Amino acid sequence: MATPAANLTRKTDIQSADTFIKGLWRENPVFVALLGMCPVLAVTNSVINALAIGLASTFVVTLSSTMVSLAKNVIPKQVRIASYILIIATFVTVTEYMLQALSYDVHKALGAFIPLIVVNCMILGRSEAFASRNSVGLAALDALGMGMGFTLACLSLGTVRELLGNGTLLGIPIFGPSFEPWVIMVLPPGAFFVLGMWLLLFNWFKQRKEAAE
Amino acid sequence: MNTASSMSIFLNAAIINNFVLAMFLGICPFLGVSNKTDTAMRMGGAVTFVMLVASVCAFGINKVLTWMGAPYLQLIAYIVVIASAVQLVEMIIKKFSPALFRALGIFLPLITTNCAILGLALFQTARQYDFVQSLAFALGAGAGFTLALVLMAGLRERLELSTVSSVVQGAALTLILAGVLSMAFMGFAGMAS
Repeated sequence: MATPAANLTRKTDIQSADTFIKGLWRENPVFVALLGMCPVLAVTNSVINALAIGLASTFVVTLSSTMVSLAKNVIPKQVRIASYILIIATFVTVTEYMLQALSYDVHKALGAFIPLIVVNCMILGRSEAFASRNSVGLAALDALGMGMGFTLACLSLGTVRELLGNGTLLGIPIFGPSFEPWVIMVLPPGAFFVLGMWLLLFNWFKQRKEAAE
Repeated sequence: MNTASSMSIFLNAAIINNFVLAMFLGICPFLGVSNKTDTAMRMGGAVTFVMLVASVCAFGINKVLTWMGAPYLQLIAYIVVIASAVQLVEMIIKKFSPALFRALGIFLPLITTNCAILGLALFQTARQYDFVQSLAFALGAGAGFTLALVLMAGLRERLELSTVSSVVQGAALTLILAGVLSMAFMGFAGMAS
């Protein structure tokens, strides 16, 4: 039989693993909570753009959640939202300049959607709902999970749209020369359709699971 | 300096590159507040109003930041100043026109940190619009947002009365509907350069 202390560590281990994993699937910010839709729809016309916006958002949400959790005892309650936004805006500015230095092409393709990470409600939501009441480690894990879930959602749109709209994956042709690209998929309507179809698919799975139980 | 005429900027923002359906700005209120035509109209009015305030603020901040040589403060300055300006205008309206406040008031705090507002400020800076062009851009963006919201609300009011398979109901149906609307607006592409 395990000692109470060992039991306790195992329990916190499970708890922190769950904090991380829930963002990937069960509480996925895009597919379940419908947060941060603007970047998900706007810049996922290719896999590389989707990956870039996903990783940039993950970077911002992780660092700002950590920062908010560190500063939670210093920030007065009345001005907390304004303080969170300032923290987030600082990290977004850092990200923007960093991306500009790393890959100018990707920075140009994402355009105004890098600075617009500031108003992604997922990030403010994690700061307010989780980071402001939990320890630094848990807050960082939770944010990392949410960010990865967000990246996953971006990728699942980007893959479908690039594959159907361009016939390529990461720029490599997949279907051969006779493939006629489905151009609408890389244009704005395609984004709405693909996200709509993903949600429909998840609804269908959920209903089938409920019917089976 | 951008030389486009105010009219073409207005049309471009309102119809050709519709803020919601082609540029994906302001999707959250578009999906959230598009149940009733009446609410959609008032929301559209409030957004247009905030856009005008934000546009004027962003124009001023940009001038100050260029003078200071501190472009890296752009994002933080935009957010803080636009949010405070909207708060201030909200208090003024509440004091002087309670009727207008009741019509628009509840939406104002919600839309201050909306991506359509910040997007407008960022785009007008990136395209180097002058003051009149910025105002035309804000009005056009507001009109485009209102148009998309009201059209969507009209469609959804009709859908309430029809039977829809339970799998498609909710966000999935709204998104596919938005896709169809967006496809319709693509017909305007290329109308103005």
